[in-house]
Amino acid sequence: MNAMSHNQAGNAYNFGFLDEYAKKEVRRAILKAIAIPGYQVPYASREMPMGRGFGTGGLQLTLSLIGPNEVVKVIDQGSDDSVNAVNLRRFIEMTCPGVSTTTATAECTLIQSRHRIPELPLTARQILVLQVPYPDPLVVVEPSEDKRKTMHGEADYSRLLVKLYEDIVKFGEITISHRYPTRINGHYVIDPSPIPRWDVPKLNDSAALILFGAGREKKIYAVPPHTKAEPLAFSDVPFRVEDFRDEQGRRRACARCGCVDSFLDEFVTDSGSKTYQCSDSDWCDMQLRKARQTQGEPA
Amino acid sequence: MNKILEVRGLSKIYGPGCPQCLESTGPEADTNLCPHCGSVVAIHDVSFDLFEGEILGVMGESGSGKSTVVKTLYFDQAPSSGEAIFFDNDRQYDLFSLNAAQQRWLRNHRFGMVYQNPNLGLNFNISAGGNIAERLLMSDLMDYGAIRERAKALLARTEVLLSRVDDLPKHFSGGMQQRVQIAKALATQPPLLFLDEVTTGLDLSVQARILDLILEIQQELKTAMVVVTHDLGVIRLLTGRAIVMKYGRVIETGLTDQILEDPQHAYTQRLVASAL
Repeated sequence: MNAMSHNQAGNAYNFGFLDEYAKKEVRRAILKAIAIPGYQVPYASREMPMGRGFGTGGLQLTLSLIGPNEVVKVIDQGSDDSVNAVNLRRFIEMTCPGVSTTTATAECTLIQSRHRIPELPLTARQILVLQVPYPDPLVVVEPSEDKRKTMHGEADYSRLLVKLYEDIVKFGEITISHRYPTRINGHYVIDPSPIPRWDVPKLNDSAALILFGAGREKKIYAVPPHTKAEPLAFSDVPFRVEDFRDEQGRRRACARCGCVDSFLDEFVTDSGSKTYQCSDSDWCDMQLRKARQTQGEPA
Repeated sequence: MNKILEVRGLSKIYGPGCPQCLESTGPEADTNLCPHCGSVVAIHDVSFDLFEGEILGVMGESGSGKSTVVKTLYFDQAPSSGEAIFFDNDRQYDLFSLNAAQQRWLRNHRFGMVYQNPNLGLNFNISAGGNIAERLLMSDLMDYGAIRERAKALLARTEVLLSRVDDLPKHFSGGMQQRVQIAKALATQPPLLFLDEVTTGLDLSVQARILDLILEIQQELKTAMVVVTHDLGVIRLLTGRAIVMKYGRVIETGLTDQILEDPQHAYTQRLVASAL
């Protein structure tokens, strides 16, 4: 396999950039992470030809999972065309000859994403890899990793809940906008990477396997398919997602496709007014295509 | 009366320890530092019983090991040897054979601790109410409204102004910090409370109010307490029974009145004579 990929690629790198031993190690960590849902498995994060913090953790997962028939999609903040996504996609194309890439969520088998889970529900044959800057949700309340490990082991998350309590006291509601601490399978609480609150319910009972890779912090963790994922909340102050209502209380729609049930990004136009558009660019395109088809039929 | 706590042969040695440690330390040797191996025998062979609603005083000079006794019982430190059994209704726990998670459960649900330094008992970066909420959340109360009501009730009970429930304890006076600490310790209505030099360093009027509060709590809730102090006034006011420690050993035990009026050990005689 090694020699073959050299010939195919015509360069000195192994298929998937990482050597086979590195991939094996990452795969072992993945298996362990799936076996203990939400547990942060340490692994030897390799040097990648890009800075740590640019998605090296997610990339190592992707490169270890990728096979010759893979269809890969890379997104950054919902978009297939932002700098991070374009560069990672080109890197994968360069180092994984024969692998095809796509922007269509429905067609891909492997998604590497930063800060978003696609709007289109994922299926059992897909794997979602999320890039993680800070894997440990307890880091905000406990600086010592040693103590954090004990706290995770004993499921001692009271200090994290105190933070939510303080939030409600100060602001009348829980103000965490992203990286919302989420309890997996009734024990470990994870930092689900900087996805907005909108995406947190998608972790629960997901059909697809969701993997988290932190390259700088050297941790891999997983939400296996059909696993319970509950955002931390109080029994009388339930978790809620962003509501996107305007001053009149109407749900804002995407300015491009008119969708009223997607996560919206806010843009400031040249004239200074605000406009809203789907954050998931593939979803937005899908809605546009659908609208054109229905318009086209009666004519 | 129901027994709450039974402590037998509790010992704590800091350092490697050697066979001669025990005979070469203690009140007779006039040191707790072993001359052969340099280990500190902080406490050795401490035994006592504590009954429901009773306040036991532990007195002695600084370095006598009195704080170490409550720190081992509250699982802040592991003892070198010894046994302690905690009786909780119809259950009993052998404290030092429990695993870390079980010890943490007991600490959070059934024990309370008030430290001399509020820094140890409180998180200064979260509000007074949040500090109490932390303990309630540890005992799995997950209702924000209920937590808030309970925190306010506890702070009202310990005479902290309710308008300051959302202020940070670092902006409080020493006496108020101590009252927040007591409120936090009482949050889960524990049957057993440890008080480590709670009034030391506070001015006299504040001391008096905190001691009154402790007595009221004992009478209302029938909480058993172990009070560690070097202040004989506190011992006289609060406790029914007391043990006197020197260089890690118990040198005298008995009813507080008896110890203070008719001390038997030469050291206790000196202690009482110097203070009263």
